[in-house]
Amino acid sequence: MSEELYKEMAQSIIDGDSDISTELAKKSIELKMHPLETITKGFVVGVNYIGDQFGLGEAFLPELVMAGEAMKAAIAVLEPELLKLGETRQMLGRVVLATVEGDIHEIGKTLVGTMLSASGFEVVDLGVDQPADNIIGKALEINADIIGMSALLTTTMVRQREVIEELDKEGLRPRIKVMVGGAPITRDWVTKIKADGYSEDAIGAVKIAKDLVGKGDQ
Amino acid sequence: MSSKTIKTISNPKLKLEVLTQEEVIKIHETTLQIIEKVGVRFPSKRALEIWEANGADVNYEKKIVRVKPHIIEDALKKAPPAYKLAARDPQQDLLLDGNHVNLGTDGCGVEVIDINTGEKRTSCLQDVRDIARIADATEEVAFHWVAVSAQDAPVEARGLHELKAVWENSTKHVQTESVYNVEEAKAAIEMAALIVGGKDKLRERPVLSLMQCTAPPLGHDGGSLDAALLAAEFGIPTGFMTMAACATTGPTTMAGNLVVGNAEVIAGTALLQLAYPGAPVFYAAAQTASDLRTGAYTGGGPEDFLFGAATNILADFYNIPLSMGSFATGAKEPNWQAGLEGSLSTFMASIVMSDMLLGCGFLHGSRIWSFAEMMLDCEIFCIIHKMMQGIEVNDETLAIDSIAAVGPGGHYLGQKHTRKHMRELFMPQFMDRRPYSEWETKKDDARDWAVSKARKTLKEHQPDPLDENISKEMDRIIKSVEK
Repeated sequence: MSEELYKEMAQSIIDGDSDISTELAKKSIELKMHPLETITKGFVVGVNYIGDQFGLGEAFLPELVMAGEAMKAAIAVLEPELLKLGETRQMLGRVVLATVEGDIHEIGKTLVGTMLSASGFEVVDLGVDQPADNIIGKALEINADIIGMSALLTTTMVRQREVIEELDKEGLRPRIKVMVGGAPITRDWVTKIKADGYSEDAIGAVKIAKDLVGKGDQ
Repeated sequence: MSSKTIKTISNPKLKLEVLTQEEVIKIHETTLQIIEKVGVRFPSKRALEIWEANGADVNYEKKIVRVKPHIIEDALKKAPPAYKLAARDPQQDLLLDGNHVNLGTDGCGVEVIDINTGEKRTSCLQDVRDIARIADATEEVAFHWVAVSAQDAPVEARGLHELKAVWENSTKHVQTESVYNVEEAKAAIEMAALIVGGKDKLRERPVLSLMQCTAPPLGHDGGSLDAALLAAEFGIPTGFMTMAACATTGPTTMAGNLVVGNAEVIAGTALLQLAYPGAPVFYAAAQTASDLRTGAYTGGGPEDFLFGAATNILADFYNIPLSMGSFATGAKEPNWQAGLEGSLSTFMASIVMSDMLLGCGFLHGSRIWSFAEMMLDCEIFCIIHKMMQGIEVNDETLAIDSIAAVGPGGHYLGQKHTRKHMRELFMPQFMDRRPYSEWETKKDDARDWAVSKARKTLKEHQPDPLDENISKEMDRIIKSVEK
């Protein structure tokens, strides 16, 4: 019975169907299945499959995003059940994401957030136009491992440096790692502001984040 | 040939119908429906108040306006269909009248392939000067965008340092895409006023125009809106550019993507007309498809080329000039891909007579400036310029006498008719038509010749200087913004 259901769960992720993944998550609770097993034996299998297909060039970014969202929807149902049991899901790390102050561009950053959560990171996305204090404050509040900052303008990307300088001043690095991104960001800039990681796209960002938390093999 | 000559495409013989009239109307009506039902985000207090005063449904909390179709349509009718972009040297003024395709430099990059070392590095103010100077001497370049970001200039006045650098090194029109807040816009207008002898002269001689990017899907940037409103007040031509990309910031289907981009542009344009009826405005677009593997803005490929042709049909429908993104390539160096994308995008945007083409010089999705690429792009523009003239058919071009004189066999090399018309044939600067053996000994190619030409131009060309007092005044204005 549960084997059949696990398969359906994986398929709901592969199809990127949040309605069905939510429904299946609820059903697993009714059936008193263990939420952690539901996640690992059911939904995660779908995420891994899509990830592999993407790696092979058979699946595309929209399918990854939709799989990530379907996964998120299922987890949202199962997480309270896990808490009731006093258990938590093993996460790869905590990430605070934001677009820096003065900048309202967020598509890339949002995409990074989706990819990171689908890959097992806990992500708090602060949104756009975020001053350094907000970003650092939130990172401290949730004990973040990584701060990820986006900027689309050469005039706002300097804010990335300000956040890093502030973190250094407060002695918060290397405890908190910093990754940056955005169209004008170059390798030279990353070196100059001494960021810990950088990727040109969302897929690459997941690998960087895993490396930064010492889980590059996962 | 005088260095003041500007080569533009005009009186085209080629035509292309990429959208039928019915299809254009369908796109227009869907756009109006989206603006009315879904709305467009205008994160500017001033913009929201203008919308409210003109009868739009304004949600101040979400900063979203929903507007009845007739308000948009009536506002758009007030926009002038044609006007000129003035240059520091009046003989280089440009007409945006639907019969001229004017090429600009692209912008706003963050890295430069150094003209001397060939190494890639971060862009700086000197690059802005060098590019402007070469563009000044290049007849295919009709006007400037700020090609690269002066990353060694202070952030709060960077856009102004860049403008001054271009004006000091060229007499051609400057359109900036790098002034996107009201403080800098105010200073930029003051700087432009110095060149024409007063702010009140700018309406007649706009030596500056402004391009503001929208924030797709269905949004604008607050600073951009305020800057655009200020520019419109002084008769500075202003356009909103959508870069909505299929599958990420716009729908995957091309028609849907046109609707999203169109909604952003015409809503922004209508706002300017509501605030300042009759203000010179233009439609601007650089729509493309996203890469399905990375989500990246591609700036090339067949969708991009079709958008290039389709957008001018929309701009024509609204009867306003168009600034069209062409030449953008994802290529990392001047190569097969760069040549392909530059050629097709520019051909498609030119055949429909886009008023402005943006622009030459970039690699890697408008991030890396290459002087070689700039020169090679200009040659592509020359080829398209020649193609757009089509084939002239009359007694002289039918060459009856010449054909009779040569007869069967023989050749035309000795004919007076040949001598008379031979210079009408296209002569490339950078195409390799040499004997194989010559190439074999040298192994050089277009890229080498292009960068040599740029180096020579930079070394030799002396632009007409900007009056020293004006430069000093500009410095004062910039200082006041830097505080």
